Amino acid sequence: MDGIHDLGGKHGFGRVGPLTSGSPFDEPWEGTAFVIGALAARVAGGNLHAFRHAIERVPPQEYLVGYWNRWTIGAQLMMEDSGIITDEQVRARAARLSGEDVPEPPAPEPNKPQMPSGGAGNLRTVEAPPAFAVGDRVRAADVHPAGHTRLPRYVRGRTGTVTALRPGAVFPDTAAHFTGENPQHVYAVEFSSRDLWGPHTEPFRLTIDLFEPYLEPLT
Amino acid sequence: MTSAPHLDPALRVEALASLLTERGLIDQATIDTFVKTYEQSVGPMNGARVVAKAWTDPDYRARLLADGSAAIAELGYKGPQGEHIVVLQNTPAVHNVVVCTLCSCYPWPVLGLPPSWYKDPAYRSRVVREPRQVLREFGLELGDEVEIRVFDSSSEVRYMVLPERPAGTGNASEEDLAALVTRDAMVGVAKVTAL
Repeated sequence: MDGIHDLGGKHGFGRVGPLTSGSPFDEPWEGTAFVIGALAARVAGGNLHAFRHAIERVPPQEYLVGYWNRWTIGAQLMMEDSGIITDEQVRARAARLSGEDVPEPPAPEPNKPQMPSGGAGNLRTVEAPPAFAVGDRVRAADVHPAGHTRLPRYVRGRTGTVTALRPGAVFPDTAAHFTGENPQHVYAVEFSSRDLWGPHTEPFRLTIDLFEPYLEPLT
Repeated sequence: MTSAPHLDPALRVEALASLLTERGLIDQATIDTFVKTYEQSVGPMNGARVVAKAWTDPDYRARLLADGSAAIAELGYKGPQGEHIVVLQNTPAVHNVVVCTLCSCYPWPVLGLPPSWYKDPAYRSRVVREPRQVLREFGLELGDEVEIRVFDSSSEVRYMVLPERPAGTGNASEEDLAALVTRDAMVGVAKVTAL
């Protein structure tokens, strides 16, 4: 989806940093948030791709509040989709924890997705031979799917060179929607900064790992 | 239904934890174990040991660059977000830097959970477009002769940078070297400096 999450190349976010060290959690609730998100796929019968897609579906104004906010809302969305919990329940419980005497709505009917798993993790053997080889010139598809994809907008329609074959992997675009693991070959594709951003950009090379369905041969 | 009104994130987390705990879907002991693991055991000190070993053992460095995940697993580091780790070697001529523009993909077994700046829109939007300027803002000024290569972690491949060993550390032990290596250097937004 062409959502707020697809940030590559956007203007307007200001300076980077600051560099920090120490705990990944600034406050105790962030640690709890991390664990709820880390376990949400298991609780909801989902998967990593569905969780990423849930975070993408967090409304932009909430997405930009901060990392653990969008992470938590994404986890909640995935559990809402599976009938584990409702937003009304969460808001009622939050009100009661804040001292308000509000009634609590019932839990929903579970409706967990069913998708056969090819095993642990996301690396898979792909039976078909790879369509591309190292050195091939390829074009990233200029497509705008409404669902989950790992093809960011800033490379769509751009031409690059295959520099490595990566291990085959579960295809996020289908797994996130529980329509199958659909394993695909994955390629490291290198782009020139000028082909991405025009003639006046800094000179550099950018490598991104792209699933085979995202790529078209250059004819 | 989560669009409005905004709920304080700490309160949302407390409400979710409360609802899930009372139904036995999560429990406090599991939460505590996870948090402790990623605060104390799985973090950049793991990657620092990998880097120090690569600096002192040429055979290990060769294995690390050929098959990152396998060489990293030799030191006992594996787990979520580390199924296939590719190690990028920085040299005087080439500087690699890593990002995830679409979310926050990061090599957990060697670096732990990502810092805030890595997850923020400013870094994710800009480092694929003006990396030299971004590195300058982080305090890393690279000469014009240094080629910058940016890696966007968009699949299940994870990247770790093998920084250059700083000058003046010829006699340092592997342990002393590991103490010099920072998380930022292993993402590629800093260099390692001798104390």
